[in-house]
Order: sequence, then C-alpha cells, then structure tokens
Amino acid sequence: MGKITIDPITRIEGHLKIEAVVEDGEVKDARSSGTLFRGFELILRGRDPRDASQLTQRICGVCPQVHATASVLCLDSAFGVADKITDNGRIIRNLLLGANYVQSHILHFYHLAALDYVDVTSVATYEGDNAALNSIKNFIARGELGPFVPRYEGDYRLSDEMNRAATAHYVEALRLRRKAQEMLALFGGKMPHNCATVAGGVTEHPTVDKIVSFLWRLNEIRDFIDNTYIPDVLGVAEAYADYFSIGAGCGNLLAYGVFDLDGSEPDYLRRKRLLQSGTVSTDLKLGDVAAERIAEYVKHSWFADSSTGRYPGLGETVPQPGKAGAYSWLKSPRYDGKVYEVGPLARTMVNYVAGHPTVKGLVDPVLSRFEAGPGALFSVLGRHAARALECKYVADSMADWVLQLKPGEPVYTEYDIPEKSSGMGLVCGPRGALGHWIKIEDHKIANYQCVVPTTWNASPRDDEGTPGPIEQALIGTKIKDENNPFEIVRIVRSFDPCLACAVHVITPKGSDLGRFRVS
Amino acid sequence: MAKPKTQEYPVLWLQGGACTGCSVSVLNSVSPSAKNILIDEIIPGKHINVRFHTTVMGGTGDSVVAELEQTREEAKGAYLLVVEGSVPLGADGVYAVIGERDDEGIPMLSWVKSLGQDALAVIAVGTCAAFGGIPAGAPNPTESASVQQVFSAEGIDTPLINVSGCAPHPAWFVGTVASLLIQGLPMEGELDEFRRPRAFYGQLIHENCPRRAYFDEGKFAKKLSDPYCLYEVGCKGPVTHADCPTRLWNNGVNWCVGSGAPCIGCVEPTFPDVVAPVYEKITDEALPNIGAE
Repeated sequence: MGKITIDPITRIEGHLKIEAVVEDGEVKDARSSGTLFRGFELILRGRDPRDASQLTQRICGVCPQVHATASVLCLDSAFGVADKITDNGRIIRNLLLGANYVQSHILHFYHLAALDYVDVTSVATYEGDNAALNSIKNFIARGELGPFVPRYEGDYRLSDEMNRAATAHYVEALRLRRKAQEMLALFGGKMPHNCATVAGGVTEHPTVDKIVSFLWRLNEIRDFIDNTYIPDVLGVAEAYADYFSIGAGCGNLLAYGVFDLDGSEPDYLRRKRLLQSGTVSTDLKLGDVAAERIAEYVKHSWFADSSTGRYPGLGETVPQPGKAGAYSWLKSPRYDGKVYEVGPLARTMVNYVAGHPTVKGLVDPVLSRFEAGPGALFSVLGRHAARALECKYVADSMADWVLQLKPGEPVYTEYDIPEKSSGMGLVCGPRGALGHWIKIEDHKIANYQCVVPTTWNASPRDDEGTPGPIEQALIGTKIKDENNPFEIVRIVRSFDPCLACAVHVITPKGSDLGRFRVS
Repeated sequence: MAKPKTQEYPVLWLQGGACTGCSVSVLNSVSPSAKNILIDEIIPGKHINVRFHTTVMGGTGDSVVAELEQTREEAKGAYLLVVEGSVPLGADGVYAVIGERDDEGIPMLSWVKSLGQDALAVIAVGTCAAFGGIPAGAPNPTESASVQQVFSAEGIDTPLINVSGCAPHPAWFVGTVASLLIQGLPMEGELDEFRRPRAFYGQLIHENCPRRAYFDEGKFAKKLSDPYCLYEVGCKGPVTHADCPTRLWNNGVNWCVGSGAPCIGCVEPTFPDVVAPVYEKITDEALPNIGAE
C-alpha cells in the first residue's frame, strides 16, 4: 500500500491538500485538508457590524460577491430590514451576484478545470490563421511553457481539432470572464471586492446607460455560453463519458436557494427565489431545509474540541494548531448529522426533483443525449454539466432582471444598528450553500460565523469519523496510472474548491520519485 | 534577418494569507490582456514566464513545488518573485503552507525568505503582502506580517516594490512589471515612503475626486446612496493615495465612489484597522493629518 501526497493542488482557489492512499490501483482512503487559516471570524469581533460586508468579501477574491450577499442578508435580518429592501436594491444585488456566478463558472471550466482534459500542446502543429492559436504556437515554439507545464501526461482524449478549438476558447473565455467583471462593476463600483453592496440595499442607482451597457455585455456572454461553453462541456463529456460514473460522492445534496424574486418574506429559506432551497439524495426525494439542523464539528480540525457540534449561530472559532488527530483548518459542517455536498449540482438536482420547468428543460435534453437517468449526474461530469446549464439559466434570467430596474426609484433603506441583536444570511454562491451568522452586542459584532461552500465539500472527517464529500468521492476510485493520477485531480476540481490554498495527493510505492513523495 | 531570441523573465507567484483577489484583478487587465501577459511578449523581445502560480498552472503537487526550487537555482538573481497575501508568522508559520518536504508542510514564511533572498526583485501585490492587510487586522490571529517586515527581520535586501490595494488595479501591477522590464529597478524618488510607485499612488483620492466640488461647497451625503460628497458617511478619500478617480476600474466602467459608496482606504498601511469603521466619518483623532494637505 502506498501513499501519494500532492501538494499543492493547483487550479483551485486557495490552499487545499489531498492525501489518497492507493492500493491495487484503487483509492482506499483519502484526506482533504485546508492548509490556510486567516481567522476572519476573530478579526470581525468588536467591529462595526456594517463593516462585515466589506471584510467578508475578502474571504475569497474569486467569488467575493456571495460573501457580500450573505453578509448583507445577515445584517438586514439583524437590523430588522430583511423584508424592506427596495425592488431596485434587490434586483441590483441579484445582478451583482449573477455576474459573479457567470464569471466564476466560465473561469472554473476553462481556466481551472479544462487543462485536465484539453491538450494545449496540440497547438504546436497548428496550421491556420486563428490569431490566438498562432500566438500560442509561437509561445510553445519559444520553449518556456509555464504555467501550462509541467502537468500530468497521458490521458488526453480529444481530437487535435477539439484541442485547438478548446484552446482558442480558453483565450476567448479570459476576455468574457473579464466582461462579466465589468458587468458587476457597472453597478458595484469595482471588482474584485465591490463597495456598492451594503446593508439596507445598494448604493448605486440604475440609469439607462448602465442598463444597456450591462445588457450588451451580457448578450455577448450569453452567446458564448450557448454556443461555446455548453457545447465544449458536452464535447468533453462525450470523450470522457466514463466520468459520469466516477466521483459520485456522498449522495446527499443541500441548497439554500439563490436570487430573490420577491423581498417580502423575511425567512430566506422560504423566500421566492430563482433556484429554491432544499435537500435531495440519491433516492431523488425532495426535503426542506431548516437552519437549526446545521452544526459544525471539529474533532479532526485544528480547533478546540470544546467548540464542536455547535449550531453556527452559537459557534466559536478557537484555533488549536497541532491538535492531535486533526488534519485541516476546515471545520466539518453537517446537516442533520449527515454529510452533504453543496454547489451547482445540488441546486440543479433540488430544483429538477422539485419539477422546476426551466431546470428540467435544461437537464432533460442532456440526459437524453447521454441516454442516462438523473442518477448519472452524481458524478464528475454531472457537476460540470450542472454548472454550465446553471450558468445559462442565471445569464438568461439577468437579461430580464436588468430591464425590471426603475431609474429614479430608491435603492437603499435606512435602519438603526440595534444595541443587541442577531441575524442570519443564507444564500448560495457559485460554489454552493453559504451561511453567515452574526451576534450584535453593544452595537458591535460580538460573534460572526461563516459556513462556506468549500467547508461543506472539502470538510475533513466529522466527530463520528465519517469522511467529507470530496473524501467520499475519492474513496473507491480506480487509478489507471499512479504516476499521473488524473482521476484524483479531476474529481477534486469538479467540486470547484475555493480555499485560498494548496493540495497534496498521496501516490503508492513505485511512483516516480521525481514527482511524488512515497511514504 | 533572424528575430533575436526572446528574453525570458521567470516569475514565481506565491499566495500566502490571501484570497486570490489580486490574481483575479490581474486577469481583469484590458490592455495588455491576461492572454497578452501570460502568452505574448509583454514588451517586444521580453516575455514574463509565469513558472509558478497555483491558480492557473497546469501541473500540481510535488512537480510544481520542484519548479520553485529549480527556478531559484537556475535563475538566481534573475527571476521576479510576486507575493500575494500576508506571511503568517504565528505557530511556526503553520497557518499558511505551500507544498511539503519530508512529510512536513513548508510554511509561506520559509518560501518568502528563500525565494526572496535570490530574486531579482520582489513585488508585494495587494495590501496583505504589502502591509499585512486584513489577516493582520486586530487581533491578528495568525501574527500575519508583510513581506517588508519579513525582509527587515531577516536582513534581506532584495529590491521590494509594494503594489497595494484590496485588490490592486491591474494597471498598477502591469505598469510596475513593465517599468522593471523597460527601465530596470526603480530609481531614487520613484517609490513613496511605503515603497509604492508614485506613478500610481502619488495623489490622494480626494484631490481628483469628481465629488470634490461638493466637499468644497459643504454639500454632504447624509445617507448612503445620496448624491454629494461622501465624507460624512465615512469616505476615506482624504487619506487614501491612489489614482482610482482618474484611472477608473474594470475597463473604466466605474469605481467605488462612482458607485455611491465611500472609499474604504484599501491601499493604505492603515487598512483595515485605522481607516475603520467603514461608514463613520474620519476624525482628527483617528487620522491626525486630515485637512493638513
């Protein structure tokens, strides 16, 4: 039996390490470790509550907007204005978050995941007049191939034609994800990290020129999603169809819902949203979500055991580096004591099972094309497909929302900061269910807790010893070539982990010592 | 005539106590584009070769960690080190670890020292690397330090340029790199007292703010989303040095004050503690130099 450690795992956001124990070509055990701790929850204490939406965005520079959103929802509820946000305020918040979704999903497929499937080096023999491909050809000819190599070698299955097309799309996607950031900045001020999202609404006013500018950047991106992104994901799926049965994971999915369509219901989980909240498991039965069933466990995390098993609203962050038996800076969030995966797959499956007509209309043709049932979506390719289809649904919806803005009408609702209060903000980011909880005392933050999507997905074992979603998705996986364990990185990246981090994978004895450590 | 060989500038980009926002901001660069930066000769005849950047690089695991060591040896004194994020010093640096050696995680601190020592120059990108930033915010749970603090403590004298901002404007980073490639190391007077290029950080937000006339006339916003000067609702423009009002962000579509929100002072060494609370008016007590311009 051998142990492969890959550290860092790249092309994710953050610092993640994965260890996998491989025996007879199969992953027998796996450990997922967050290797960065900054202590945001401790830094927030004692500050002005309103500052939380500025500070928590800085948890993640790839998807700051969902932290801004969860934070202002949390503050709105603590300040008693959760049901008093103006329509303009609600819609602009949706546009800001929607633009971040589109940016994040395009970036994930082309710039983080695609290099596991697409062989960029096939451009070396390209003969044609595509300017982007010719500049990449020149780049390859110069011989300094960073940052594209070193890389895993072997299992690249696309034709030269598809490799070249996907490489040109990689370059095009760089431009379009930038445009999505521009959409966000139109109403948010700047990206990454915007100033306009505030408790009580937003600060930016809609004007017709901004509306049109947003709309036409969006139209260009919608064209790319429909005619390039989705076809590329399906093309990769055809060449790598075995990945519909690889990386199934824990089989339980959780979504809080996202994109408020009506602001009058103060309970975010019951609010009318574009994608609703719910749980679904491999039995395809829909369940509802109750916040009080969420708890975080820390037996295998570098935090004091005294803080384990807490509901996040009563949670504590007490770092204890070097704690025996611990291996991660992530806590283990569990729902009803059980392991749940969050993300685009969870949102898609919850709404598919709930009979959401648009979601069904997007998913069913894909299932027919691959002659598969919904169960096949619990997989590496299911996650990529769900992300791409959701990207289309969000982008299409934004085209309607932006025209619902009413120039001249208010965007902001005033409030008083209570001396004592508590609040909760639940929403879904590009990478999944995100919750912020605040306790206010003496008009200041007494406690602030964030349970972030990748904490769910990349969590270590809980107090019962049950592995987290990524760990479960790795365990049992067959590894074809232990020197180039594509399966492991493809599974890990399908979750789109966001940890601001590095990763370790563990390979067996006999692997190339130049590439892996063997223990 | 044969085209002269392209001069390669290896770049190693480390992320410590970071959110990746600085990297994402650089990807937002318009001209040159992210593709121009990664693939093309950014200056004719000169190509920056990003050998290590965990967010974009193809490889993973030990092979990419080897890339760091190999570049340090092969290109001693000739590579550019970019540091994003703070350097946590607490608990022997275990709060931020990149890669492993002999089953032990390698702390960010160790990389910044070893790679910083042998670099041609170091760019601390973003306020966390430049000044500690949010991770170093009170009570600084990880004892996060800036690159400059690490260099001072270790006696490392590699030229260091701070490109602060949370996140920094892509043009500030690209401009700093281009300046190194075209003119070489910064000359006397080109950097301010905080080692930031004066070209980008030479003036106060307040000096170029389009709402400045309201300040002079005494017309102030009373609540967020109001027109007029945002001084009363917390704007830190009068104490913040950056060219945001004239450069604008994200292809020039907007900027913080343009969106009706107060400047939060994200480029300053005083971010996030001294310039807080975000939505409270700055006072002489907190920031004694107000009005002294």
